[in-house]
Amino acid sequence: MALVEDVPARGNSAPEGPPLDPEKARAYWKKTSALMWTVLFIWFASGFLVHIFAPSLNAIKIAGFPIGFYMAAQGSLIIFVVGLYWFARRQNQIDEEFGVQEDA
Amino acid sequence: MSVSTSGGKDPFIANLNRIYAGYTGGFLAFVVILGILEQLGVPDRVIGYLFVFLTIGVYAYIGIISRTAQVAEYYVAGRKVPAVYNGMATGSDWMSAASFIGMAGSLYALGYGGLAFILGWTGGYMLVAVLLAPYLRKFGQYTVPDFLGARYGGNLARMIGVVVLITASFVYVVAQIVGVGIITQRFLDVSFGLAVFLGLAGILVCSMLGGMRAVTWTQVAQYIILIIAYLIPAFLMSAKITGVPLPQLMYGVALERIEALENAFRAAGQTPPPGVVGFHTAPFIGPNGQFSMSAAVNFFALVFCLMVGTAALPHILMRYFTTPSVREARASVAWSLFFIFLLYFTAPAYAAFAKLEIYQNFINQPIANLPEWVKNWQIMSPYGVPWINIVDVNRDGILQWNEFRIHPDVVVLSTPEIAGMPYVIAGMVAAGGLAAALSTADGLLLALANALSHDIYYKMINRNAPTKQRLIIARALLILVAIAAAWTAGNMGADILFLVAWAFSIAAAGLFAALVMGVWYKRTTNTAACIGMLVGYIVTFGYLIWSEFFGLSFIEVFGTKEAILNAARAAANLPQASAELKAYASALVANAAAVQDGPLAWFGKALSGLGMHTDHVVLRGRVVARLWGINNISGGIFGVPLAFLTIYIVSQFTKAPSQAMQDFVESIRIPRGGVRLADAREAVKE
Repeated sequence: MALVEDVPARGNSAPEGPPLDPEKARAYWKKTSALMWTVLFIWFASGFLVHIFAPSLNAIKIAGFPIGFYMAAQGSLIIFVVGLYWFARRQNQIDEEFGVQEDA
Repeated sequence: MSVSTSGGKDPFIANLNRIYAGYTGGFLAFVVILGILEQLGVPDRVIGYLFVFLTIGVYAYIGIISRTAQVAEYYVAGRKVPAVYNGMATGSDWMSAASFIGMAGSLYALGYGGLAFILGWTGGYMLVAVLLAPYLRKFGQYTVPDFLGARYGGNLARMIGVVVLITASFVYVVAQIVGVGIITQRFLDVSFGLAVFLGLAGILVCSMLGGMRAVTWTQVAQYIILIIAYLIPAFLMSAKITGVPLPQLMYGVALERIEALENAFRAAGQTPPPGVVGFHTAPFIGPNGQFSMSAAVNFFALVFCLMVGTAALPHILMRYFTTPSVREARASVAWSLFFIFLLYFTAPAYAAFAKLEIYQNFINQPIANLPEWVKNWQIMSPYGVPWINIVDVNRDGILQWNEFRIHPDVVVLSTPEIAGMPYVIAGMVAAGGLAAALSTADGLLLALANALSHDIYYKMINRNAPTKQRLIIARALLILVAIAAAWTAGNMGADILFLVAWAFSIAAAGLFAALVMGVWYKRTTNTAACIGMLVGYIVTFGYLIWSEFFGLSFIEVFGTKEAILNAARAAANLPQASAELKAYASALVANAAAVQDGPLAWFGKALSGLGMHTDHVVLRGRVVARLWGINNISGGIFGVPLAFLTIYIVSQFTKAPSQAMQDFVESIRIPRGGVRLADAREAVKE
C-alpha cells in the first residue's frame, strides 16, 4: 500500500515487487547494522576519544596549530564529513547487493 | 504562480542550478555596487538599510512565488527537493543566529572550551544519517509526531511527541527572534521591540503562503547569502594579517601570536576581562591555567548533548521528509554537513583573527585614541551593559587587557569594523546574520505550526477536515505562534538566550531514544516508548528548571553540609536574589551547626572520587546548582541514557508488538516497496 497518494514519488509508490524472503531480509539487516556500528565507532572515536588526549596532543605544533586544538576545530569535522559521504556510498552498495534499492 | 502539477518535470526544479547561480552572481554584484556607492559618499546608514530591506525583499519574493494550495507541497515541498539543495536548505535551517553571530564570539571568549559547540553541532549529523533520516524518509508521512503515532499506537505517543517538540522549538525560535532584533536594532537604528516585529514580518512572508515549499527555496537563498557573508571577512582578515587569503589554513599563525601576547600581558601583571579565558588554545583548564576535571567533564557532556539534540530536533528531521527517495535522503545528510562544515571550520579562524586584531591594535593604547566605530557599539545591549564596554578600571587612560569588554554576540558583527574594512562589508555581515536567524526561525515556526495543525487539529480533533480548511488552519496557527514568540522575545529579551542550549537537551532526552529504538529495536512496545519519552522529558526539563531557578533547594537535597552552606552564603550575598531567598539563606548560614547533609547527598557525592562534586555556580544573577559538577546546559546527559534504559526495560515486561507492527518496522528498514502500516487509520490520505 502506498501512503502518499497525492505525490507520485519515485520508489515509494511503485507497485510492490514480490516480498523479500525473510532469510535475505535478515542478512540485509545484519549487514546494515554492521555498517551502523562502524559509523558509530568512527563517530565516537573522532567526537570524543581523540579529544581526551588534547592536552598531550597540544604539545605538537604544525604550522602554528597545536594538534589537540586543531583536531577539535577542524580534524574531527573533516572526518565527520568524509565519513558521511562514505556511509551513503557504502549503504547504497549494500542495497544493490541485496536488490532492495528503490526503482528509479 | 508556479504551483506545479503533480507528475511531470517541474520546470523550476529542472532549472535550479541556473536560477541559483544567477542569484549568487546578482548578490555579489549588489555588494560591489554598494561598495562603489560607499566610495561615492553614500552614508553608512543608507547602506545598512539597503542591505536589510533588499535581502528581505528577495526572500519575500521567493516566498510569494512559491505559494501553494497542495497539502504535500505545503508540508513536505512535494518531496522533490534534490539532495544537494536539501543540504543547503538544512544548512541554513540549522545555522541560526547562535551559529552565525554567536559561535565565533563564544570561541573568542572561551578558546578551546568553545570548540564543544563546533564538535557538538556537526557530529550529530552522523547520528541523523545512520540512525534516523533514511528510515523517516521511507516512512514517508509529514511530521516527526506522525512517526511516533504510527509506530507507538496512536494519539498518546503522538501527543507526548508534540509536547516535547513544542517545548524545544519554542524556546529556540524565541532566541532567533532576539537575534533578529539585535541586528535590526543596530543597523536600522530602531528600538529593540520594534526591531523584533519588523523581523517577524520578514519571517512570515517567507513561510506563510507556501509552507515547506516556500521555506525550502528561501532557505537555499539564505544559505548562499550567509555563507558568502561569513567567508569574505574571514578571507580578507587572513589576507591582511598573514598575506594568504586562506583563513582555515593560516590561523595557526594567529594562534601563536595570541599566545605570545597573552604571555606578555600576564608578564605585565594584567588579567583577562571577565568571561574571557587567558589561555586561548589550552584544553580543560580552570581560571589559573591548570587542568580542571570539571572543565573536561563539562566539555564532553556538552558535546554529547548537542550531538544527540541535533539528531532529535524536529525542524531538522522533517527536512529529510522532502527528498525524492531514501537514497537521496542519505546523500542529503552528507551534503547538509558539508555546507554546515564550511561555516563551522571557519569560525575558529574568525575568532582567532578577531582576537589578534583586538589584542595587538587596541590593548595598551590610550583610550582617547580608540577609533570612531567603537562608539557605535557602545549602545546598550539588552543585557544592561554596552555591547563594547570600555571600563578604565585603574583610571590611567590606557586600555588594559581586562578593560576591553566585548559581548560575544557582537564579535562577528563588529569584526569588519575592528579590522578596518569598508562599511559595505559590515552591512553584508549583518545581512548574513539576518539570513541565518530568519531561516532558522522559518523552519522552527513551520515545525511548531505543523505540529499544531497537522498532528493536533487534523489527526486528533477533526479527521475529516477538507484540505482547504486544513491549510487555512495551518496558516492561522503559524501567525499565532509567530506572534506569541515575538511577544516573548520582546518582553523577556536576551534573558531567555541561555535557553537555546536547553532546547537540545530537551529534544534529545524526550525524542531521541523513542525514535531510534522505534527503528532499530523491533520489540519496543507502545507503553515502553511513551513512558521512556515522559521519563526523559520530565527528568531533563525538571532538572533544568530546578537547578536553574531553585538552585539552593536543589543543593539542600543533593548536596553535602559544606555544599549547602557554600550555596547559602552565595545566595545571601547575591545582589539580584529576592528578599525571601536572602533571608532564608542567611538563616541557614546563621544556624550553620544545625545544617545536615541533604537526604540524597549520597547520590550527589557518588562521583566525588572522580573529582565531580555536586556544587553551585553563580550565573545569570542566580545560584545555579550542578549535580556532579555538570552545568545544566548539558542536562540531557542524565535524561538521554535514562530514556533508553526505561524503554528497554519496560519493553521486556510488556506484551510484544503485534505481527502487523513488526511488519511495519521491517518495511521501513528496506528502501524498496511501500510502507505497511499496522493501523491504516494512521495513513495520510488526500
